Amino acid sequence: MAEASAEQNGTGQALAARLWRSRWLLAIGAVAILGVYFFAGASIYVPLLALAVLAAVTMLPVDAERQSANDAAAIEASGLQRLSGEYLAAAVADPLIIFDQSANIVHANAAAFAAFGGLAPGMSLSLKFRAPEMQALLDGILAGEVASDAVDYTEKLPVERTYRVSASTVGHATGLYVLVFKDQSETRRIDRMRADFIANASHELRTPLASIAGFIETLRGPARNDPAARDQFLQIMQNQTGRMARLIDDLLSLSRLEMKPYLRPGTEVDLRQTIDSVIDSLAPLANENGVVIERDFADGPLVVPGDRDELFQVFENLLENACKYGQSGGHVTVSIAGGEGGREEGVDVTIRDFGPGIAEEHIPRITERFYRVDVESSRTQKGTGLGLSIVKHILTRHNARLSIRSEVGKGAAFTVHLPAR
Amino acid sequence: MQSVHIMSAYDEELKFLSKRIAAMGGHAERMVEQAVAALVNADHGLAQKVIQDDLVLDEGQREIDDRAIVIIARRQPMATDLREIVGAIRISADIERVGDLGKNVAKRVASVDGRQPNSLFRGLEALANLALTQLKEVLDVYASRSVDRIGFVRDRDDQIDAMYTSLFRELLTYMMEDPRNITPCTHLLFCAKNIERIGDHATNIAETIYYIVTGDQMPADRPKSDKTDKVVLPGMAPVK
Repeated sequence: MAEASAEQNGTGQALAARLWRSRWLLAIGAVAILGVYFFAGASIYVPLLALAVLAAVTMLPVDAERQSANDAAAIEASGLQRLSGEYLAAAVADPLIIFDQSANIVHANAAAFAAFGGLAPGMSLSLKFRAPEMQALLDGILAGEVASDAVDYTEKLPVERTYRVSASTVGHATGLYVLVFKDQSETRRIDRMRADFIANASHELRTPLASIAGFIETLRGPARNDPAARDQFLQIMQNQTGRMARLIDDLLSLSRLEMKPYLRPGTEVDLRQTIDSVIDSLAPLANENGVVIERDFADGPLVVPGDRDELFQVFENLLENACKYGQSGGHVTVSIAGGEGGREEGVDVTIRDFGPGIAEEHIPRITERFYRVDVESSRTQKGTGLGLSIVKHILTRHNARLSIRSEVGKGAAFTVHLPAR
Repeated sequence: MQSVHIMSAYDEELKFLSKRIAAMGGHAERMVEQAVAALVNADHGLAQKVIQDDLVLDEGQREIDDRAIVIIARRQPMATDLREIVGAIRISADIERVGDLGKNVAKRVASVDGRQPNSLFRGLEALANLALTQLKEVLDVYASRSVDRIGFVRDRDDQIDAMYTSLFRELLTYMMEDPRNITPCTHLLFCAKNIERIGDHATNIAETIYYIVTGDQMPADRPKSDKTDKVVLPGMAPVK
C-alpha cells in the first residue's frame, strides 16, 4: 500500500513538474490566441477551438509521462522478475551481455567477465567489440532492422578464440538487447591443430627419418658384415627414434594447450611447493650435468591463481634448460620474490644460470617454435625446439609474463612474473 | 562518457566520435591481421582485399575530422570535451596510418615469393602479434578509460623493437648468403619495418588517451631499443 501511494505521489509530482516546465509555452500560446481573436475579430469559435487544441497538446506529453511512470511502477512491482533475470544471466554458462539502445552494457554475467575482462556497466559495447562484423551486428540490431541475428567472431589475441555471437531484442519494447557468445574455439582449434601438427611434424620429423633411412641402407649394404659399425649405427638410429618420440610428445602437449580455451578461474597454486617438487624431479639431471641448484625463496605466502600441472611444466622446462645449457657455470639459482616492492602485485620467479648466455639478437625470438640458437647444441642436449614455446603458451594463458635477460659469457636469467589477480 | 551535458545532442556527437574511432580501430586491426596472414600464406586474393579495405579507413578519418571541426565550431568545447575532440582527430590519424602500413604489407605480398625460410615468416608473425596485441590493448584502454594499464604498452614497445632488430639481422644474413635473396628479403625488411611502425602508432595513441583522460602529458621517458641503426654483419664492417 505504501508503495502504491508513493507511486501516486511520484506521478503527481511529475505532472506538476511537467506543467511548471511548460508554463511559458502555455502562457505565450494563450496570449497569442487571444491576440488573434481581438485583432482579427474572427468568430468566437476559432479561438475556442485553438484553446482546446492547446490544452490537448499539453495533455499529450502528460499522458506519455503517466504511461512511462506506469511502466516504471510495473518493473518496480515485479522486483522478483528483475531479480530472476539477473540470476538467469548468472546461470547461463556462456558469456552473456545485456545492453541498451545506445549499445551501453547494462549487465554482463560472470562468464562474460571471465572471457573478456575489462567490462563494466555503462561501458560502450561498440568500443569493446571493434571487429567489423560485430559492429555490423550491433548496428543492425539497434536500428531495428532485424529482431535477432548471429555472426562468427574471432579474437586472435592474446589467445585465439572463436565465438558464434547471437544478438536479439529482449521482450517487447523494453529497450534492452542481449548478446550471447557460444564458444566454438575448440572445433576450430581441432581443425587448426591437425593442419599445424602435420606441417610442423612433417618438417621436423623428416631429418631424423632421413638419417634412419640412410643408416638402414648402409646396414643392408656396405656395413652388412661389420659388427662394430653395425652396433654404432644402431645406437645412432636409437637416438634418432628417441628424438622423434620426444618431438611428438612436445608437439602433442603444445597442441593440447592450444585446445584449452582459457584458464578456469578459482584454482590456486602454492609456488613454493610446486617449485620444490620441480627441483626434486630434476635433481638427477642436475647431478648428471654437475650443476648445483640453489634456492632463494622469499618468506610469506607465495600463492598465485593458476593451474599446478601447467606451471610445473613451465618451471620444469626453464630449469631443465638452465641445467643443460648453463652447465659450464656449475650452479643455477632459483629465486622467488613477492612482488610488493615492484610496480604491480604478484610473484616473480627467476631462474638464473651462469653458462655462456644468449646473444642479444636471439633473445626476442627464442620462444618461437623450433627457433634454436645453436642447432648442434640443441640436438646434443636432446632439445626439440619447443620447450620455450610451451612455456610462453602456458604463461600467456596465465596472463603472466616471461622476461629474459642475458649477457654473453655471464649466463642468462629467465624471470616469470605471475600476477596476483 | 562520464559527464552529461544539458544538450543531449552534444553528448550524442561526442559519442559518435568515439564509436567511429572504435570502428576504425577494429577495421585497422583486421587489416593488419589479414595482411600478415596474406604474406605468410602467400595469399594474393586476401592481399587484394586488404588493399581495397583501406578506403574505409580513409573515409573514416575524413568523417571524424569533419565532425570534430563542426563540434568545435558549434559547441565551443572546454577542458575534457576539447581534449576528447582533439584526441579523436589525432587517434583517427594514427589509425589511418596503421591501415596504410597494413596496406603496404599487403602490396608486397606479390613481390615476396614463398621460398624464404619458414623461420623468417614465423618471426614476422611473432612481430605482428606483438604489434597487434599492443594495438588491441590500447584500443581497449580507449574503451575503458583505465589509463593505469597504459604502462604496459610502452614495455611492449621495447619488445617489438628488440624483435625487429633481430629480424633485421636475420634478413641481412640471408641477403649475404645469396644475392638472389635480396629482392624478397628487402621487401620483407620493409614489411617488418611497417609492422614495427604500427607498434609506434599504438604507443602514440596510448599517449593521446593518457592526455584525454588526465589532462597531463605522459612522462617522456621513452627508451629506444631499436638498434638497427648499428647492425653490421661480420665481414661487412663499415669502410672508414
